[in-house]
Amino acid sequence: MSSRIDKAFYDIGRLDTLAEADTPLHRLDPRAKLLTTLVFILCVVSFDKYEINRLLPFFLYPAVLIGLGDLPVGYLAKKLVLVSPFVLFIGIFNPWFDQETMLRVGPLAISGGWISFASLIIRFVLTVGAALLLIASTGFASICMAMERLGAPNIFAVQLLMLYRYLFVLIAESIRMTRAHSLRSFSSKGKIGYKVFMQILGNLLLRTIDRAQRIHMAMLSRAFTGEIRIARSFAFGYKEVLFFAGFSSLFIILRATDATALLGRLVLEFSR
Amino acid sequence: MSHHIVEARDLEFCYPDRTEALRQISFTIRHGESVAIVGANGAGKSTLLLHLNGYLTPSAGQVRIGDCLLTRDTLNEVRRTVGMVFQDPDDQLFMSTVFDDVAFGPLNLGLTPEEVKKRVEDALATVGVSELADRPPHRLSTGQKRRVAIASVLSMSPDILVMDEPTAGLDPRARRRLIELLASFTHTKIIATHDLDMVIDLCERTIVMHAGEIRADGPTDEIFANEALLHQCRLELPLRMQGCPVCSQGGAARRK
Repeated sequence: MSSRIDKAFYDIGRLDTLAEADTPLHRLDPRAKLLTTLVFILCVVSFDKYEINRLLPFFLYPAVLIGLGDLPVGYLAKKLVLVSPFVLFIGIFNPWFDQETMLRVGPLAISGGWISFASLIIRFVLTVGAALLLIASTGFASICMAMERLGAPNIFAVQLLMLYRYLFVLIAESIRMTRAHSLRSFSSKGKIGYKVFMQILGNLLLRTIDRAQRIHMAMLSRAFTGEIRIARSFAFGYKEVLFFAGFSSLFIILRATDATALLGRLVLEFSR
Repeated sequence: MSHHIVEARDLEFCYPDRTEALRQISFTIRHGESVAIVGANGAGKSTLLLHLNGYLTPSAGQVRIGDCLLTRDTLNEVRRTVGMVFQDPDDQLFMSTVFDDVAFGPLNLGLTPEEVKKRVEDALATVGVSELADRPPHRLSTGQKRRVAIASVLSMSPDILVMDEPTAGLDPRARRRLIELLASFTHTKIIATHDLDMVIDLCERTIVMHAGEIRADGPTDEIFANEALLHQCRLELPLRMQGCPVCSQGGAARRK
């Protein structure tokens, strides 16, 4: 039990470490990356539900990011697999409901359900992958600050920031508690019974309230008046404009035209 | 300079559960003085510190910081003057990067962005952790966290530094470096601690508390010379002033 929490703890830490690297991608203003990711996601999800071909060119974006940011593909792919059950469950019934044949490959008839299922998976990989890449190349804190700078309500950004900051303290606290429990529970193989679990949880809540009080005290002693201000000077230079404008227009062109078909026709034309 | 004096007069405090935490506390700390507050667990040290920046309001008596009496109206002025470093740096560093945390105080004071940036850079440079500016606090070592916590207070350029157990949880080297850092500050310092060896290094004056009262207040060497007093207040001589265990053991070995 506790070792699993331990692992999750170090795992979140790893995303942070990735965001600390210094590459051309990491150096970009977080706002540019955030906005570009938004445009990307909007374009990807707005396709028709049977679309596959036209989604494929969008893999260019994550590929470029991974290259620019020197990010570990295997690690991020594992993260994707971890959340994939949600999407699998959403899409798994499509092939039953939608059995109309849409495509024939030789003797094999592929129903619309399977195609929409595949399209869903591709969209999932693209959008969640883009979000992961954004976090890995920017860091959660910078994203929150960029959001605030782009006009998201201050309280929203601050809540997210605090949540992220104290997630680690909370996890460390629960690791210590479950460790203390497992060291003194001999018969039950370290499993936490319902009653004990409730007590640990209650205890954790009390500790959290105590800490919240101490944090508030620390804020008050630094002239806190009720509004948390964030001073971050971001620089939106020509590189950012280039990144945002370049990629966004690419996404919009890919969305508006059938680039795959065009490319295919072009290749056929030349090979003739 | 009467400007930065800290004065407590007949301070009393009762927690809501009727625990009498402070009784008849009076002292005056002058500009530039470095004062240790020592005492056993539960002697009332932390409670006293929380009165110095107005987090707790005394049941009776008053606190005066510089020229102003600590009241609801002067709270902001007092909190700017008195920089408080808490025991657990995780409580103090609540923003998501070191930079933002150190900038928190100056921003609340309404300084311009340029001034805030300069203050943050200066404070981080003073405690020697400039390279950590973009790090999230949860990825720092305890020693680094403590330094950042001190920087987060320095950035408000307080005249008085109040610290609760600054050396707790530090490894010997980090502790030594922190003591050197604190020794380099010219602020008025008030330090509550169990680390009596640090007191010898940093504070020329010591206030001994026991059961909510001040038992002794005087020059550190005089206080530490009074073994009976320390014993009464559940304290011990600083390790450096105790017999050297290696020598005495060596003596025992030789005797064999």
